[in-house]
Amino acid sequence: MAKVLDFLNTVFVKGFWQTFCVKWVWQTFFVAWIYKAFYKTFVIKTLKFEKWKGWMYLLPAIVLIMIFTVYPIINTLRLAFTERYNGLNPSYVTYEIGFFNFEHVMESKTFITSLKNTMLICFITVPLSTILALLIAVCLNAIKPLQRFLQTIFFLPYVTNSIAIGMVFAAMFNIVGDVANPDSLGLANSFLKLFGVDPINFINAGSTYGKNILVLVIYIVWNALPFKILVLLGALQSINKQYYDAAKIDGTPRWRVFTRITVPLLSPMIAYVVITGFIGGFKEYSSIVGIFGEKMGPVGGNFRLDTMVGYIYRVIPIGDYGYASAAALILFAIIFVVTMINLYVSKKKTHY
Amino acid sequence: MKVELQNLTKIFPSRNKKVGGEVVAVNNFTFTIPDGKLVGLLGPSGCGKSTTLYMISGLQKPSSGKIFFGDEDVTELSPENRGIGLVFQNYALYPHLTVKQNILFPLQNLRGKDRMTKEEMLARALEAAKLVQIDELMDRKPSELSGGQQQRVAIARALVKMPRVLLLDEPLSNLDARLRLQTREEIRRIQKETGITTVFVTHDQEEAMSISDVIVVMKLGVVQQVGKPQEIYDDPTNLFVAKFLGTPPINVFTGRVEGGKLYIGENAVMNVKGVEDRAVTVAIRPEGFTLAENGPFVCELSNVEVMGRDVSVVSRHEASLNPVVRSIINADNKVDVSSATVSYELKPHKVFLFDAETEERIYFEV
Repeated sequence: MAKVLDFLNTVFVKGFWQTFCVKWVWQTFFVAWIYKAFYKTFVIKTLKFEKWKGWMYLLPAIVLIMIFTVYPIINTLRLAFTERYNGLNPSYVTYEIGFFNFEHVMESKTFITSLKNTMLICFITVPLSTILALLIAVCLNAIKPLQRFLQTIFFLPYVTNSIAIGMVFAAMFNIVGDVANPDSLGLANSFLKLFGVDPINFINAGSTYGKNILVLVIYIVWNALPFKILVLLGALQSINKQYYDAAKIDGTPRWRVFTRITVPLLSPMIAYVVITGFIGGFKEYSSIVGIFGEKMGPVGGNFRLDTMVGYIYRVIPIGDYGYASAAALILFAIIFVVTMINLYVSKKKTHY
Repeated sequence: MKVELQNLTKIFPSRNKKVGGEVVAVNNFTFTIPDGKLVGLLGPSGCGKSTTLYMISGLQKPSSGKIFFGDEDVTELSPENRGIGLVFQNYALYPHLTVKQNILFPLQNLRGKDRMTKEEMLARALEAAKLVQIDELMDRKPSELSGGQQQRVAIARALVKMPRVLLLDEPLSNLDARLRLQTREEIRRIQKETGITTVFVTHDQEEAMSISDVIVVMKLGVVQQVGKPQEIYDDPTNLFVAKFLGTPPINVFTGRVEGGKLYIGENAVMNVKGVEDRAVTVAIRPEGFTLAENGPFVCELSNVEVMGRDVSVVSRHEASLNPVVRSIINADNKVDVSSATVSYELKPHKVFLFDAETEERIYFEV
């Protein structure tokens, strides 16, 4: 857009147009005349065009961000401190301002459950998936044949819908394999039977909380791996090979090369992966819906596996905007604190 | 430790197997590096000098040939068992470790009977650091050091396990001109003090000439000449060596020998005995000219560059293979800048004749 404006400016306003194709100029003369008038009256005089050019480029993005990010954030803040707002009365004047929503949310048992679940999932899956991703990335980096092929396979979960994968996991861990035949075993239990393990109730009615979490952890870790492997593999491949040559000449054992050279050199990327992992983990929601359905738990244990985002999503449709906003702010505070701690630790532990 | 290379050959397979065309990086390299000497491998880029170094280090396996350290055959030995120290071109210091940790790193790898206590390691590291004069920088990270200091740390890290052979890959190429001069003296000093057999690779002939005990000149994987720096400079075996050594570069002319006289252009410039009549390539060192009125060798004078102690006379000659003929003469001699020509006599020991085809040296008597 601005390039076109620039071009028109040189051709018509500065008077170089004679040098251009005359036929074309006549055809567009009318447009040019309008533009010239517009340019002289509005752009030059009022906007000082050059100065505002940068803002013009940013305008589309700024408008969208204002509508879909900034306004909701401000609104969330307002709603969180507005007491007993139910969304029916558009005027805020009649409502009191205070911490009622936060008090209610913190006392709510369902919220406490969701908080516990979220924490548990985060602190198990993030370290686990990071370590696994690191090992897989190092192994992938060490092999030459099939590297591209395996890389693609490891990356597949990343481009697959997480609800769909969740449903596949639900089918795999179901105690019954074939609905028509109650005696058949699900895929996971069929596999375990090869080792002589009795059928385990992973996700069906009457399953224990621990087994539910186990399935969830397997799913989330598996789902989180591709991105981490990709990032770490990229970082690994950019490490100067001479460090390894130097280590080789010094006769460094393999394990020591890994712990003293590879991991420290990867540390900035590991920190990045851990921080984004925690942020993603705190926002965990779709995986549980995928496996256990909207009730967020096995039959007979509804909302047992609720997460904070789950809680927020659930209280909005029933009009508890204040609770949802307060919970969202609490979630934000937790993510903020954890990220700060992560950054602080990684600053101490990483170089560069 | 004497290092012996026997018929060392390295062939890199072609990247595209269908097209073929493998690269012979090092071709039949046979050479004995004497104990406790500083040897420079010299050649233009792509001549196989670094490959030779990496084969001595063990990071690359030779396609054929053998390497001996003393009487021990180390051809099949892995790098860590050879007892070598290698300084990489860009140092390869571990960026996350301090200088002290970098120097300690090789010692901490030692296992079994070689294992050292912490105090021993620290003492050894400090000793190595003192040798290269970086003992005051022990707690810094490599990124906080200048290029020259990083270079010293790299040398200290290579020296700390007391290697039998020290290998340096282009040790000065990442330093600026002043630091380069200083560091090469430093390398010379360290080598003298430790007495470790040292091999270094360089493409800079001045660098190689100034510090090496022995120079090996290579071209396209083949050794051209081996000898002391001055010997090679004064007595090159072929045109490539003559051209590669010396700044400003040697002046090259087409010429011919007729009846015991050397002709460059139309004029006979010198007597050469014992050479049959033939076409030759003549190479004359810049310092091989003396100003002489009515001298036999006449050039068109282009300009005179004053360099203080010396004067560099730039002239042109129709038979010259270089764009200009450059001679260096003592500043006491006055050159008449206004005259169109300049006449020289030639110093016979600074004039080399080469076969026009094979570029091999032709010896003559004055």
